[in-house]
Amino acid sequence: MKRYRRIFSLALSAVLFTSLLTGCSDSADSSAEDGTDAEGASEAQTLTVSDPDYYTRFKGEGLSINVYNWGEYISTGADEGTLDVNAEFTKLTGINVNYTNYATNEELYAKLKGGGAAYDVIIPSDYMISKMIKENMIQKMDFDNIPNFKYIMPNFRNLAYDPENEYSVPYTWGTVGIIYDETVVDIPEEEIDWDLLWNEDYADQILMFDNPRDAFAIAESLEGYSMNTEDPEELEAAARKLMKQKNIVQGYVMDEIFDKMGAGDALIAPYYAGDALTILEDNDSLNFVVPKSGTSLFIDAMCIPVGARQKEAAEMYINFMCEPDIAYANIDYICYSTPHQAAYDMLDEEVRTSPISYPDEQFIADKTTVFVNLSDEANRKMQDLWTEMKSAEDENTNTWIAPIFLILCVIVSIVTLIRRHIKSKKDIF
Amino acid sequence: MKLKYFSAPYLVWMVIFIVVPLLMVAYFAFTNDGGGFTIKHISAVGQYTNIFVRSIWLSLIATAICLVVAYPIAYILSRMEKHRQGTMLMLVMLPMWMNFLLRTYAWMAILGNNGIINHLLTVIGAQPVKLINTSGAVVLGMVYNYLPFMILPLYSVMEKIDKSVIEAASDLGCNSFSTIFRVIFPLSLPGVTSGITMVFVPAISTFIISRMLGGGSNLLIGDLIEMQFLGNSYNPHLGAAISLVLMALILVIMTVMNQFSPDDQVLM
Repeated sequence: MKRYRRIFSLALSAVLFTSLLTGCSDSADSSAEDGTDAEGASEAQTLTVSDPDYYTRFKGEGLSINVYNWGEYISTGADEGTLDVNAEFTKLTGINVNYTNYATNEELYAKLKGGGAAYDVIIPSDYMISKMIKENMIQKMDFDNIPNFKYIMPNFRNLAYDPENEYSVPYTWGTVGIIYDETVVDIPEEEIDWDLLWNEDYADQILMFDNPRDAFAIAESLEGYSMNTEDPEELEAAARKLMKQKNIVQGYVMDEIFDKMGAGDALIAPYYAGDALTILEDNDSLNFVVPKSGTSLFIDAMCIPVGARQKEAAEMYINFMCEPDIAYANIDYICYSTPHQAAYDMLDEEVRTSPISYPDEQFIADKTTVFVNLSDEANRKMQDLWTEMKSAEDENTNTWIAPIFLILCVIVSIVTLIRRHIKSKKDIF
Repeated sequence: MKLKYFSAPYLVWMVIFIVVPLLMVAYFAFTNDGGGFTIKHISAVGQYTNIFVRSIWLSLIATAICLVVAYPIAYILSRMEKHRQGTMLMLVMLPMWMNFLLRTYAWMAILGNNGIINHLLTVIGAQPVKLINTSGAVVLGMVYNYLPFMILPLYSVMEKIDKSVIEAASDLGCNSFSTIFRVIFPLSLPGVTSGITMVFVPAISTFIISRMLGGGSNLLIGDLIEMQFLGNSYNPHLGAAISLVLMALILVIMTVMNQFSPDDQVLM
């Protein structure tokens, strides 16, 4: 999700004043005294795995697996004292990890659908998992090879997107909320709701998701519809709502929210809880609120696509990601919420009681919605409405100039041709 | 005659990587998921007319600005002393050494609401202006990124204009104004047309510039195509149809453009 974060930080810090590059685990790292290099860091933390024999099965075979994950969604050891999870996996098992990133579920879907790429582990979100199950794009796992599944909290098993829990192992979850600059936005925290994104007082200071599913969910929630509605009229009403917002939206973005909010380029944006917490660490003026009226709850889970070349090694990787130490290292680094009981128990009290990362169960049950896969018709309808909304002309000027220019060009070229024709005739005589 | 065989590798390359993909685009554009023939996707392109018009309009503006800016630069460059030309040419190319994305990111930082320009404006007490996420910013991004592609062909054509031709013009009573319009400009026309092609074609199909500097609300054809292949609406058939229409459109525009170049120097 934070695909551009590092690149952009680099450019920004060079051009502007400060570096935005952070990890959210700074506070947790202060205990690890040394660890100037990654090697030293990983030795400082002792990694214990439940069953070493299990992991060394493929040693020496020179296997490698292709892992396709969200950007910045794993502990990379970039900050002092944190684990480089993929390197640890290779060290332990002898299996190489080719690790690549995507930014949206749809990008992942297109990549898999387009063919030509064989991934062994992917981490899509809830609705995408059910879509991929339906289209036979991911395969059932052998849970005997994933004993660490036992750590997954019971309320994150057998969810609607994978009712029998045969295809996926939950990795993280979180909610969508609003991140805003509380020094400028003059509204008490309790009253913040989705309508803040439509507040004309902050015109041109508002960012919006550049992703129809997330954007429609916000509009639908404001209109009082279900976030999973397939009713064409409700979708149209939501699109009209988004259209109204267009005039005051500064830009439609995804990962750029991180940089723009961090740099103070915008005041209000919807955002995912984990990334928002990472920004808050560095910006005292920003605040993050999960709207009281309700929000969407997403679960990202590890899956194995059909066509994976190393299924058993992939299962081993998934099992490794569920090792308590590894799950903790990841969750501590990326700041999202964990469905992993042992990792959760290792977290600081402060994090565990945070209403942002771990809202109380009542709120989750009453006010959050997990996206389900929409029917093809509803998806297409939403897509068409979205494109229509985005391409709608707000400045009415100039639209006729291009066609007129084209016609002019054609006329001129015809005239030139005729002139040439006459000239060539003249030349003959 | 033997020389012909040296072009064989390039021919093979062209067939595999240009002709075959083009045929695939055409195939996708005219088929549905099952592989049956349909013109549904081609006719669906019609609903995006406003995006086409906006793309053409923005890239035309960008091309025109590039031409106006590049022409004097190229002329001055071509009339410089030889040893200076190399240095100046390198300065023109210098920005292209840096990654295209990074340069556009830099513009985001410059134009942003709290960016360098607005920062300076507030320092001198002026009202900040909205620069980023406008169609103006998109045009700026296009001009900035594609300007060298206009300067280089213009320069290479003008460099070949013999100095004695200009001398003859002034000898025969041309003032500097008519020298430029009646001698230099007609002679540089091939450079103008190829410069326009090299700026207009990439500008019309760009998607990352409009995404980064247009804030996602100034959708261009490139964005639309990207959405069909990698974005939120996965529909390669429609994407291929849009690409095909775009290609046809560019072909038409380029044909029209070639009418302006001198009779025997038709450049594509």
